[in-house]
Amino acid sequence: MTSQNLIDFILLREPNVLLVVAGSIILCGMSAIVGCFTFLRKRALIGDAVSHSVLPGVCLAFILTGEKNPLYFLIGAIISGMMSLLIMEGLTRSRQTRPDTAIALMLSVFFGIGIVLLTSIQHSGNASQAGLDKFLFGKAASITLEDIRLFAFSSAGILSIIFIFLRGFTAISFDEEFAVSIGFPVRWLRFALSFLTVWAVSVGIQAVGVVLMSALLITPALAARMWTHSIRFMLFLAMLFGMLSGYLGAFVSYSAPAMPTGPWIVVAATFIAAVSMVFAPNRGILAQWFERRKNTNKTLEENILKLFYQIAEKTGESSKPILEEDLVNYRAFSKSQLKLGLRLLQKKAFIQFHLSTWKLTDLGEIEARRIVRLHRLWELYLQQYLNLDSDHVHDDAEAMEHVITPEIEAQLDEILGNPKVDPHNTIIPPK
Amino acid sequence: MPEIQNPSLEAHNLTVIYHRKPVLWSIDFTLPQGQIIGIMGPNGAGKSTLLKAILGLVPLNSGYSKVFDKDLGDVRQRVSYIPQRQTVDWDFPATVMDVVLMGRFQKRGMFQRISPEDKAIAQEALEQVNMQDYASRQISQLSGGQQQRVFLARALAQQADLYLLDEPFVGVDAATEQSIVELLRKMKSEGKTIVVVHHDLHTAREYFDWLVLLNASLIACGPVEDVFTDELLKVTYSGKLTVLSQVGDQLRERNFPVREK
Amino acid sequence: MTINDFWIVLTASLISLCCVIPGTFLVLRRMAMFGDAISHAVLPGLVVAYLLSGSRESFIMLPGAAATGLLVTFLIEWIQKRMRIQNDAAIGLVYTFLFAVGVILVSAYAAQTDLDQECVLYGEIAYVPFDLIMNDAGFSLGPRQVWIAGSLFLALILVLLISYRALYITTFDAGYATALGISVAFWHYVLMGMVSMVTVVSFESVGAVLVIALLIGPPATAALFAKRLPFLLVLASVIGILSCIGGYYLAVWWNASIAGAISMMIGILFGLGLLIRKLISHP
Repeated sequence: MTSQNLIDFILLREPNVLLVVAGSIILCGMSAIVGCFTFLRKRALIGDAVSHSVLPGVCLAFILTGEKNPLYFLIGAIISGMMSLLIMEGLTRSRQTRPDTAIALMLSVFFGIGIVLLTSIQHSGNASQAGLDKFLFGKAASITLEDIRLFAFSSAGILSIIFIFLRGFTAISFDEEFAVSIGFPVRWLRFALSFLTVWAVSVGIQAVGVVLMSALLITPALAARMWTHSIRFMLFLAMLFGMLSGYLGAFVSYSAPAMPTGPWIVVAATFIAAVSMVFAPNRGILAQWFERRKNTNKTLEENILKLFYQIAEKTGESSKPILEEDLVNYRAFSKSQLKLGLRLLQKKAFIQFHLSTWKLTDLGEIEARRIVRLHRLWELYLQQYLNLDSDHVHDDAEAMEHVITPEIEAQLDEILGNPKVDPHNTIIPPK
Repeated sequence: MPEIQNPSLEAHNLTVIYHRKPVLWSIDFTLPQGQIIGIMGPNGAGKSTLLKAILGLVPLNSGYSKVFDKDLGDVRQRVSYIPQRQTVDWDFPATVMDVVLMGRFQKRGMFQRISPEDKAIAQEALEQVNMQDYASRQISQLSGGQQQRVFLARALAQQADLYLLDEPFVGVDAATEQSIVELLRKMKSEGKTIVVVHHDLHTAREYFDWLVLLNASLIACGPVEDVFTDELLKVTYSGKLTVLSQVGDQLRERNFPVREK
Repeated sequence: MTINDFWIVLTASLISLCCVIPGTFLVLRRMAMFGDAISHAVLPGLVVAYLLSGSRESFIMLPGAAATGLLVTFLIEWIQKRMRIQNDAAIGLVYTFLFAVGVILVSAYAAQTDLDQECVLYGEIAYVPFDLIMNDAGFSLGPRQVWIAGSLFLALILVLLISYRALYITTFDAGYATALGISVAFWHYVLMGMVSMVTVVSFESVGAVLVIALLIGPPATAALFAKRLPFLLVLASVIGILSCIGGYYLAVWWNASIAGAISMMIGILFGLGLLIRKLISHP
């Protein structure tokens, strides 16, 4: 793989490259969008079984027509896939088998039939069958212009139907019972979505193959889900991720034509998913870590401020300057924790360092008072409404007071009837 | 309240936090032996969780419980658990007798053979619940009430002293409910202690000698005449504890640690 | 029936018997797709083992396989809990990725490993009779695969005898089992370990996808009829063996993949089972 080749690829210099890239991107992007619904309806494994089940249809189409016609393959695949799906649903509904058993059974049996047909064709020495085994793992390198026409048509058809019926599909993905209750034609919508899935699978296998097709449905959708709650944005992101995976797969196909493309597309898509799991805001691992740290710091700061207030209360001096070492006497902080907390508070201008002692600023006093108020309100609530002993209360209260929002504070005030003292009979600072 | 001699069950400062939401909070109680005891409270009050916490099925965030004044591990032979019916897959290939014989597994362990004595005990347990005609019936063919009775027979076959039942009357026909209650009374007369998580206020007074009122924390615990009062019931079922639930939600959404280190 | 026919059918039957043992519990625990996941996920580990050890001795790979299976189980559960992703998507994500990696490795190192991509899917059981173990005197002791599958079967019988009661009760009522002091998690991992080992041994003969048919199909069919677990296990074993015999002859007749034909046969017997059950209940 020379750098010249690489540039050729990126600039789509060769017409063949254009075909391969276009084909992969269209297929993978479209599959990812359809896959979002499969993902949301928690039917990833059914999608998997359907993917495996289209193989016999493809082979039969070849056996019956004797031609390597992509349209016939498509039709054969759809019929085979729909059959498998209907049997799975029939078995599950009639409760003859457990749902997961039905899926695994259809997956392996249909695939087995497909393998029987495929190997039978292979062993019959029919030279033109050479194109059939690309359906197992996909070979983007062998995409032709005729194929592209079929892909484009299928994708356009599938995507238009999805966008026309987006509201309906979203409703049944989110809460089927609710959709029924508001009068949506749920049965029809369900069937349509299933059909679209089978259709997407039947086309998509040309890029990625039967065995790994389910990854193309699920993985970009999963990655997109990490980033957003909004369905429209999720669909868009999934399409983007799918297309990117397809592009990378096309690249591999171009530079190593003997390699199957399917696995590389899956690896690319999974990599994107992994990155999403780490870096996505809110749900990502990194984001979670940051939030946890923020919370721990908040708790630390608030506990220190509380201490300042309580010390001042005890000694009767408002805003007493305190030595750092003394703070440890009142509450068990580790040295590094204390230093960190004091530094954070100083940055927020809640305390100031003067002549080797720390003192609350005016801003700090207000904040400390707010925190102590929440702490004591909460203690009182726990004691009154949960019948907790006052010595139990202290520990539990400390853990939870840091999340009390102004709304919750207002409720507490109301329920407790604007109390003046807490369970230890100390004054609750007024608002 | 007078000190209870020989308690069957005790809990001290029992706290269980599930998915960041406090489900049980600092539960303290002591229950006597030889009584039929009800555990009641609104939905989500943590009643099932309390049983599971005592049995070690969910981890505790703080506190501990004791059974017959010992750790559960030391007295497992004396405790029998009857879980909610829907936790089990009734499609499992087993006959009624197979399920009841499971009650003998505790005694026999993993490998010891089931003896004729075990079979006799199982048979007797089936008779006590009036299911002896169904011994070789496959469990998938049983009605809700019959399933509950099979569960009860399994528990009886364990020959325990303390029975913990989780919502035994859900989805059970009235006749079966009556017969189960009568069986429980018979067991009580033999000195067994029975704890039942129950949901129906109308029958509480009739079924139970002793009552525990729960709504995340302990509201009351004592003889039914003392506890089943309008005022205590109002506190239990009033929903003033929504603030606690909201705080729990905040903890979860904002990814807060639940207990400070 | 020639001697080669016999060896092939014997190998397939032994593998089927091995599969019935963990497969039955997978079906009863509603974990059929977990079996699917593990059977795919062990592929990269297998290829790496081939490359490193230069040998196809399954025995060397068995502990590695069991470990990979447990690792996969762990990974899926971690993604589910920590990332709060639903079960089916977590399974799909993990196993397709691992399988894709495996296929890439096979394709890249095809020369060294003697495997090809298709074989990974449906095995090459037809070659079993030609892969003989020779003793020092130069006599054939029979095909390698027969010895391996046979030994695994005996080992699994042993494990089954030891774990029977534990698996029984943790499958039927996990809550009750925990209350009795049995560790549900431990026996779950024991089962997953069994699935992993069975998968690895079956790989060469029947490939990744069709091992699922052997794990799930016969127990599912037997479950239509069996009232009690011991009978289920026996009936599933019989059905498995019948599928192997029938499948083999079907493959010979159509000149097609033997593993594929066995899988097809399993489907046919399942369909037959449904039919029979329908006829019995509506005479």
